[in-house]
Amino acid sequence: MSDRGLIVGGLVLFLALVTLPLWFNVAAGTTSKLPELTLPEGKDPFGTAEYMRASHMDLLMTWRDEVVRNQERTVVGLDGKTYAKSLTGTCLACHVNRATFCDRCHDYAAVKPTCWECHLEPRPVQRAAQ
Amino acid sequence: MAEEAPKPEKLAQVDYRPPGRDWRDPAVELRKGTFCYSAAPKHLEYLGLPNPRPWQPSDADWKLPADWKQIILAGMKDRLERFRSFRLFMDICVRCGACADKCHFYIGSGDPKNMPVLRAELMRSVYRRYFTAAGRLLGPLAGGRELTEDVVKEWFYYFYQCTECRRCSVFCPFGIDTAEVTMMGRELLTLVGCNINWILEPVANSYRTGNHLGIQPHALKDSLDFAVGELEEMTGIRVEAPIGKKGAEILYVIPSAETFGTPHYYTLLGSLLLFHAIGLDYTFSAYASEGGNFGLFTSHEMMKRLNAKIYAEARRLGVKWILGGECGHMWRVVHQYMDTMNGPADFLEEPVSPVTGTRFEHARSTKMVHICEFTADLIRNGKLRLDPSRNDHWSATFHDSCNPARSMGLIEEPRFILRSVMNRFHEMPENTIKERTFCCGSGSGLGTDENFEMRMRGGLPRANAVRHVRDRFGVNLVACVCAIDKATLPPLLEYWVPGVSVAGVHELVGNALVVEGEKERTTDLRGEPTGAGARAAETPAHE
Amino acid sequence: MNVLGSLAVASLLAGLGFVGGQAAGLRPVFGTLIPYAAFVTFLLGVSYRILVWMRSPVPFRIPTTCGQQKSLPWIKSSRLENPSSTLGVIGRMALEIGLFRSLFRDTRVELREGPRLAYGEARLLWLGALLFHWSLLFVVLRHLRFFLEPVPAVVNVLASVDSFFQVGAPGLYVTDVVLTGALGYLLLRRLVNPQVRYISLFADYFALFLLLGIAVSGILMRYVVRIDTVAAKQLALGLVTFSPVLPEKVGPLFFVHLFLLSVLAAYFPFSKLMHMGGVFLSPTRNLANTSRMRRHINPWNSPVKVHTYEEWEDEFRDKIKAAGLPLEKE
Repeated sequence: MSDRGLIVGGLVLFLALVTLPLWFNVAAGTTSKLPELTLPEGKDPFGTAEYMRASHMDLLMTWRDEVVRNQERTVVGLDGKTYAKSLTGTCLACHVNRATFCDRCHDYAAVKPTCWECHLEPRPVQRAAQ
Repeated sequence: MAEEAPKPEKLAQVDYRPPGRDWRDPAVELRKGTFCYSAAPKHLEYLGLPNPRPWQPSDADWKLPADWKQIILAGMKDRLERFRSFRLFMDICVRCGACADKCHFYIGSGDPKNMPVLRAELMRSVYRRYFTAAGRLLGPLAGGRELTEDVVKEWFYYFYQCTECRRCSVFCPFGIDTAEVTMMGRELLTLVGCNINWILEPVANSYRTGNHLGIQPHALKDSLDFAVGELEEMTGIRVEAPIGKKGAEILYVIPSAETFGTPHYYTLLGSLLLFHAIGLDYTFSAYASEGGNFGLFTSHEMMKRLNAKIYAEARRLGVKWILGGECGHMWRVVHQYMDTMNGPADFLEEPVSPVTGTRFEHARSTKMVHICEFTADLIRNGKLRLDPSRNDHWSATFHDSCNPARSMGLIEEPRFILRSVMNRFHEMPENTIKERTFCCGSGSGLGTDENFEMRMRGGLPRANAVRHVRDRFGVNLVACVCAIDKATLPPLLEYWVPGVSVAGVHELVGNALVVEGEKERTTDLRGEPTGAGARAAETPAHE
Repeated sequence: MNVLGSLAVASLLAGLGFVGGQAAGLRPVFGTLIPYAAFVTFLLGVSYRILVWMRSPVPFRIPTTCGQQKSLPWIKSSRLENPSSTLGVIGRMALEIGLFRSLFRDTRVELREGPRLAYGEARLLWLGALLFHWSLLFVVLRHLRFFLEPVPAVVNVLASVDSFFQVGAPGLYVTDVVLTGALGYLLLRRLVNPQVRYISLFADYFALFLLLGIAVSGILMRYVVRIDTVAAKQLALGLVTFSPVLPEKVGPLFFVHLFLLSVLAAYFPFSKLMHMGGVFLSPTRNLANTSRMRRHINPWNSPVKVHTYEEWEDEFRDKIKAAGLPLEKE
């Protein structure tokens, strides 16, 4: 009535499961390299890169609420200029490519923003025409 | 003893508030009425057990052997290596406390060390201190506790305050069974000679004469003859009660109390009558004249030593299979240990009922069948003529005995029988029967007079459920399939719920059984008048 | 003492993690060395404990039967509560491990005047424990997004299900709330219930405080004191691909989270948390009640001295004879 096979089998299965990331990433050829982003020239007028990386969603949510609820449509940037509180009009004016900017990190961290459920991604064609 | 015990009203004042004192302090107050006396040295000597000496738990000096600590620690190590249950149950408790108020001793005493979790912690704390790296290193911080003489005394007190009923194990999310821990605890205490007489005397008797009471072969014959005579007087039928008959088809093993004690005795009468009615070819044995096995309450080795007689006798007599009587812990041993310890029983045949032809496939390896399984099959196949009205003076409930319920699952068989042999049957509350049944409070060898107060405390939940059906349905009888119940429920019920009697299932079978050639039955097997109203005086008015 | 002591130790550890994340010199220790050491300890420790359990045999078949046995064909047996087949055992274990079947039976007893014992339902512990364990499993699986690249679709599905109630950005995970709430309940129960408090050891509080510390630091990082998630993932991926990186700035709480987790992982094999593995091995649950159908083998079935029939007959020969009972040797 030895149950050793069963126990060892269960243990191996458990070990395989908890070390899954090791095998998975070897198979996928993953490295610890960061996703590469297409960055615009110049400084962001709304915060440091560090702040943006951690909290850009807060900024966007605040803008949304202020525009929709209080009709406060503009904001003064750190550079003293006035900007429209607009994802597509302001942010994406410089960060021109969603795929090589937003999506790279969002896919990496597996965070699915709801922005694109309403906002249309400005097409490069339109931008060229302006 | 009972006169010295506190009144029920006083005993029912249970304080569940934990004391201010940390439980890791082992000092224990051995209050009279709450512990059992030590085993007489002659029994230890006879059985070859260590450290025989005169002593009492109330003594300051327990006269432990000089190297008692090493003995216990070595014993623990040995058992940790031999029993996965023990090691696992030492390791995985999370102290969630779900077991706390499931123990009848805790409910009845309020002593926190009677919570199953703490009872086991008494052992676990020592385990952690000596057998885990963290405990060796950090001691108390890792929940460890030094093994001292006080701890031994505390173990003695609380491991003989557990009836190994396994109720806590039903509720534990990991199935931790305090009975396993208590059994190990008692084995370790046995190693240093701390036993109780109420267990070791039956063990020694059983080892020598074949049964707990020390009944010698001629006395067994006398009492069976007496039973045969009484039965003839009551029914006009002369039954056979063969002892040691070679070549009989079936060996019948009963708890020896049935030959001497009441109300056990009426169960014997019932089964004798039943076997006659169906013309069973069976035999008793004087060598294996005990189904009960107090070795279970001593050590696994002792259990095996006593149990060996049953198969040995079955082989010597050349029977085909074995039938077992109404006894609780006997069935724990038969069902969960016997085949493993003393098998294989390849000299026996797969049990088949000679009356109905039913193959008892579930017992095909151990080759031993419970009498309730046997009788239920007879009734189901219409082989018995029954007159349930002969039990109309009883309104019964059924008390599931711990071991058949939680170590076997014998739940419906006795109920089916009872419903067939009597008209008035009422269940106790769902929470107190079947796998959740409450112990009589005196199991596992604790049913001694000096332990009276603790027994009454431990039996409170059971008695309380009986009281519920007494008051509600006028129940005046607790039926059960356990010899210890039959011995200890009567004083328990007398204490908490006067007016309720105790009977074995087969006593009631015997009452209802219509046997060919019998004279008109005017009394039940107790010699008391039958019929509804016969016991009305004892039935209290409904509330 | 147990409460404050374990809280102090857990807080100290959290502080240590915080310092470790701030001091540049310590970051390799707290961000690489300790996590590796903890993980290795976890793997080896758990394996060791399981193997030690395995080495002790199960000498007897001792299931706790919680229902009708399989005996006569016309009596319905309880297949899950008193299983007589492997399938039944698997079912019983699945219920036990997945739904905490036994804990579901919990009741509360009260001694009233009379005396009368009253039994009440007590399912709160069951509910709290179940919610805690299942949310913890969800949370752990969700964290795979930090350890796998590319992130498998199933992990994304898990996350979107979990953030079904879309509150703000980032979406609020239900399991975060439930996990913390259930932990809080388990802690509160230990503190408030006098019996449970009486039996609770340092280790019992410590495990709760550690888990709470991990949960709260995680929640703060997500909802309040935001960290750079991408950097966090880079660090995590670095660890699991054996090319450790220490991003410049991840956020102060990250190291608290990581260090407490490391402590938990390293502590796990030596603690009661091993009940995770142990529950699978419990002989009162994982054995079929087939004791009389099939012989269970005890590997050490030690020989014992018995009182043989011959010895017995020799001792009582005269009495057996006088009673007219049969003898082997006249």
